Amino acid sequence: MSHETEERRIDEESVRRSGAPGEVSAPAPAVDPALVAERVAAVWRIESPRIVGALTRFVGDFAQAEDLAQEALAEALEQWPAEGVPRNPGAWLTAVAKRRAIDGWRRRERYEERVAAIAHDLEAERAAEAEAPPYDPDRIDDDVLRLVFVACHPVLSREARVALTLRVVGGLTSEEVARMFLVPVATVQQRVVRAKKTLAEAGVAFEVPPRAELPERLDAVLGVLYLIFTEGHAASGGEDWMRPELSREALRLARIVAALLPREPEAQGLVALMELAAARFPARTDAEGNAVLLADQDRSRWDLGAIARGRAALERADAIGRGRGPYALQAAIALEHDRAASVEDTDWAAIVAVYDALAELSGSPVVALNRAVAVSMADGPAAALELVDALAGEPRLALSHLLPSVRGELLARLGRDEEARAEFELAAERTQNARERAVLLAKASGRG
Amino acid sequence: MTKYMLIMRADERGVAAYEEMDFTEVIAAMGRYNESMMKAGVLLAGEGLSDASEGFVVDFSGETPLVTDGPYGEIKELFNGFWIIEVGSKAEAAEWASRAPLGPGAFLEVRRVTDASDFPADNEWVQKEEGWREEQAQRAAQA
Repeated sequence: MSHETEERRIDEESVRRSGAPGEVSAPAPAVDPALVAERVAAVWRIESPRIVGALTRFVGDFAQAEDLAQEALAEALEQWPAEGVPRNPGAWLTAVAKRRAIDGWRRRERYEERVAAIAHDLEAERAAEAEAPPYDPDRIDDDVLRLVFVACHPVLSREARVALTLRVVGGLTSEEVARMFLVPVATVQQRVVRAKKTLAEAGVAFEVPPRAELPERLDAVLGVLYLIFTEGHAASGGEDWMRPELSREALRLARIVAALLPREPEAQGLVALMELAAARFPARTDAEGNAVLLADQDRSRWDLGAIARGRAALERADAIGRGRGPYALQAAIALEHDRAASVEDTDWAAIVAVYDALAELSGSPVVALNRAVAVSMADGPAAALELVDALAGEPRLALSHLLPSVRGELLARLGRDEEARAEFELAAERTQNARERAVLLAKASGRG
Repeated sequence: MTKYMLIMRADERGVAAYEEMDFTEVIAAMGRYNESMMKAGVLLAGEGLSDASEGFVVDFSGETPLVTDGPYGEIKELFNGFWIIEVGSKAEAAEWASRAPLGPGAFLEVRRVTDASDFPADNEWVQKEEGWREEQAQRAAQA
């Protein structure tokens, strides 16, 4: 008997075992369907990347694996209220999904063919692994990583990457993703369906990218997580200034990637940046939900635990010894703010120095603009205004509210009130966020 | 997302069982548990506590606080360690708690950790407390 058929036999056995009466785990068997639904959702959040990862390896196709996992979830919602929650719910879901896959092959009379194909795949995989195991040989971790890299694959649109990552890696339902992004559920479902189709058409392999491609692909993964974080941090549309749940989910996903790739400085750097930014969440809105800018924040409401975790993550990034990338540098800036007791107490010269390094790496006009703000604090508004005016022709800032908003701030500090007002009004016109617009209009009317 | 503290307790039976266990195995099982929570991105903090006999109790019943060795004899359950996790729901906290490698006589008390949203920003006492925390933070930053 080959190794593969043996593996399947054990799986079928484990289905029978975990389905046996009396084999019910703590917390006590929940017969209330609502409680079971909560339990299923909790298990899915914890186990989804492992389940979908293992299934993708089993059936050789990510889209099918995701469908099978969803079917197994539906079966759990039906069976668990009557039979109790199995001792190992994740294993139960995986086993049920695998059994469904096998049943499907049998129905399509492609059973033998499929088993042969799996045997071949496993052999190939084993050979590849023996050659160069890039990471922790633990297969489960690799499954999760493969899943992360597939969900954030460059063939997918940004929206598709975000939806797929939150759903498969984050274990969120389409309803939850839709609520977080203020879009209809059908939109999220369509994005996921289309994403799976795109991945299949492009023949995207279920693999951790080879070493040569890793930096670029990891960059794409971290970019998706950062995008999710910033969408929650300063919502680009809608009525709320922040959607912290979205940011916290992004942070959790970043922690997963950093734990699975402990030798990648930018993965640690991104965790540091997110922790240090999230530390200020409790102070970023007032009791009515209005935006409170950094200078006006009640710093006693900042989360000291998050600051400590961010600092530790930045230290881990530094300890790898490959220098600081853009995320680690932004984290270093955030840390300078987080450790200062007030705006006046902030080491602005240190912040300008970090921006110099960041500007050198990124060449982004937004970085140059933020650097100018830091310069205004270190050397005064006149020096900064020169830098900002030099960015006026920058096409990447042409439609953004950032440039007029910073310019308005500097002009106001120089006592050029009329010019400042015009800039704030222009910025208010350009921003998509209602709360931010309110802040800018208040400044335009001299109340800010 | 909500933070929960998982508080590890053991009664006499749990303490007795713990003394029977292979220390290396216990450490390995705890290591695997911690790692699984780290790799799920939910673990924020966690510590184990040394034997209660090394500890002491400060009793505030009298006029001045009284430091004593005990009275552990009257304490039915000992507090042995904790984890702080950040998860999406109470059910998820229960799911992680029930995966802890603990045995008969051991209990996990699970409590939600309060955050700023539990307290109104304009409450006088909250502001005093925050003032104190700010002072501590400044000291920590300067240290």
